[in-house]
Amino acid sequence: MNLPLAFFGGVDPWIFTFSFITVAITLWMGFRSAKTSKTASDFFVAGRSVSVGWNASAISGEYLSAASFMGIAGMVMSSGYDALWYPVCYACGYLFLLLFIAGPLRRFGAYTIPDFAEGRFDSPMFRKIAVCFVLFIGFFYTMPQMKGAGVTLAYIFPGLPYWVGVVLVGAVITLNVALGGMKGITLVQAVQYWIKLFAITVPIFVLMAVVGFYNGQVGANLAYGETNASAANLNHATGIERKPLVAKAPADPAWIAPFGPLTTKAVNAAAAALPAEQRAAFLAEHQKPYSLVYTYSLIIALVCGTAGLPHILVRFYTNPDGVAAKKTTMWVMILIGVFYVFPPVFGVIGRNLMPELYSGVGAKGTDKVVLELPTLISAKYGVVGSILSGITCAGAFAAFMSTFSGLLVSMTGALAHDVYGRMLRPKSSSAERMVAFKLAAILIGGVAVTLGCFVEPLEINFMVGQAFAIAAASYFPLLFMSVWWRGMTMKGAATGMLTGGLCALGAAALTNLGTLALDKGPMGKIFAGFAPLNGYWAEHPLLRILCEQPAIWSVPLAITLMIVVSKATSAQVPADIRMKMLVLHAPEKLGLKQEYIQDHQAGAGH
Amino acid sequence: MPPPTPPEKDQVHSEEFLRTLMRRQLCLSVSCAATFLVVLLGLPLLNYFAPEFMANRVAGFTLTWLILGVLFFPFVWIISWLFIRRSIALEEDEVQSVNQPKR
Repeated sequence: MNLPLAFFGGVDPWIFTFSFITVAITLWMGFRSAKTSKTASDFFVAGRSVSVGWNASAISGEYLSAASFMGIAGMVMSSGYDALWYPVCYACGYLFLLLFIAGPLRRFGAYTIPDFAEGRFDSPMFRKIAVCFVLFIGFFYTMPQMKGAGVTLAYIFPGLPYWVGVVLVGAVITLNVALGGMKGITLVQAVQYWIKLFAITVPIFVLMAVVGFYNGQVGANLAYGETNASAANLNHATGIERKPLVAKAPADPAWIAPFGPLTTKAVNAAAAALPAEQRAAFLAEHQKPYSLVYTYSLIIALVCGTAGLPHILVRFYTNPDGVAAKKTTMWVMILIGVFYVFPPVFGVIGRNLMPELYSGVGAKGTDKVVLELPTLISAKYGVVGSILSGITCAGAFAAFMSTFSGLLVSMTGALAHDVYGRMLRPKSSSAERMVAFKLAAILIGGVAVTLGCFVEPLEINFMVGQAFAIAAASYFPLLFMSVWWRGMTMKGAATGMLTGGLCALGAAALTNLGTLALDKGPMGKIFAGFAPLNGYWAEHPLLRILCEQPAIWSVPLAITLMIVVSKATSAQVPADIRMKMLVLHAPEKLGLKQEYIQDHQAGAGH
Repeated sequence: MPPPTPPEKDQVHSEEFLRTLMRRQLCLSVSCAATFLVVLLGLPLLNYFAPEFMANRVAGFTLTWLILGVLFFPFVWIISWLFIRRSIALEEDEVQSVNQPKR
């Protein structure tokens, strides 16, 4: 062991200390600010005075999850160029939010998407339908956070099984939310952003200074048609060293070029099932077109999905007006854009200098490259490597803790407030609702932990992409169409949202079950019943791609259904639709919102 | 023939005002989105039809890696900055047109 301070059972004290401090600070800040703002309306209404800078940091802090912090690096390492679409679209999806949704939604003044759904169509019924997707998207989003927790704890405590980490972190955060801490407080989330940015940039700059910069590290990989001689020249100029790749790693040309292992997986599996002499012809015909379809579907899912994430949209209501909402969105893009440049660098350096991770499975695989990479410089600089690794662990903790607790709060709110308070027991007292809130938190936390224990073989980043695909086919069409088309009816909106969203949900679930059946560990045995799926997909690779990345058909399906059904039920367009549209689109300075509220109250008073 | 100047409220509530308002805002949003989409959706096409060109080395990166991994972020910031500037100007203009109705 060349880690000088490695005592107590292989645990590196530096890594342990940094992670522990982050957890302690987060919990302490959560409880402290929870004391000052007791109710949800306190948080929402008082929060409206939040400045653009704080609000943008808070949105970024909540948005950068385990997928951004650990998953992207892991996926760039395992799949190369194609994985770059994830960080780019995670950041650029905010442009759609900015262009079409942020301003109008803020002007309308509903707190959450279910609030908006009810207000836009005057339909409490639709609210109940819309609320389901908070839970659907939420669970898909919590699974990768749980995997991030399991991977990080298994790294800090090398002997710990994956599931213990999931249960431990899940239990701590769930209890914290149930006991009233961490109510998505702006200040906490904003600080979390800066912790994450610090934790990703400082280690990577130190690493790059020691082992060579981003461009040189990419350059060390041969592109198609390049020879070792030209690469040797390049490497000589930049001074990059590489370790030999292991057998499971993709070859250089496939890794560095578009349409690599990520997007061609289905076609390659199909080719492997064919007789040897047909393989080359099959690949030549299908490989590139199919991976183009995959790429476009992925782009649609991520760009549209960002504009429909429930836990992010909530934060736009803390802006004082529509202009501030737009400015906040722009700053969010800048803050997260700056962040997203760096995770791929970890993946690239990891490929060159830590190729042994390719052989690892589950918690020991490429998803932990961000945590482990800084220890590369331990040999040269001793304890500095451990300290830097401790910093990235702290950042990972900040990432999955902030996102998981944010999701838990919004899902618990949906279950306790909407499902219990409005559907099951509309006459319950406020004390009963408090109990319901706590029970709902424990229930949802429990389900999230259980799901989290099953997903060890799946890539963190991939799972978050699925949550985006579901949001893209449900909430995005709802918001986009309701804001810009006055002919929408409740029935049209509901049909489109339910069909698109459920199709995407089903497709994503099928894909995961198929992948889990392939696992060589215990999960493979549990899900062995789904193994025939993979056989079917091997014969129909295009269906597999459309199932893995459903956005390319589910988003148009949702929008088409919305238009068709709304046309068919056009008599049911809300009567005051012109006023609603004015409130959505006219500048606040005209004071139409107050007028609308007065009209509405007068109408309700009859 | 200009109609008699309507009271301020009626102009705001008129069908025509809402139509112009939404059309102008949507035009701006759609033109910004189109610029973004041409680049976003064009990049895979370039990768598809001109792989050798996109694999050219630029300071170690391949061209396509440089565009997607680095240059794409500032490009989107520029679009969003232009959009916000124009949309704020648009709102100012709308408020003015209501407060000083044309004769």
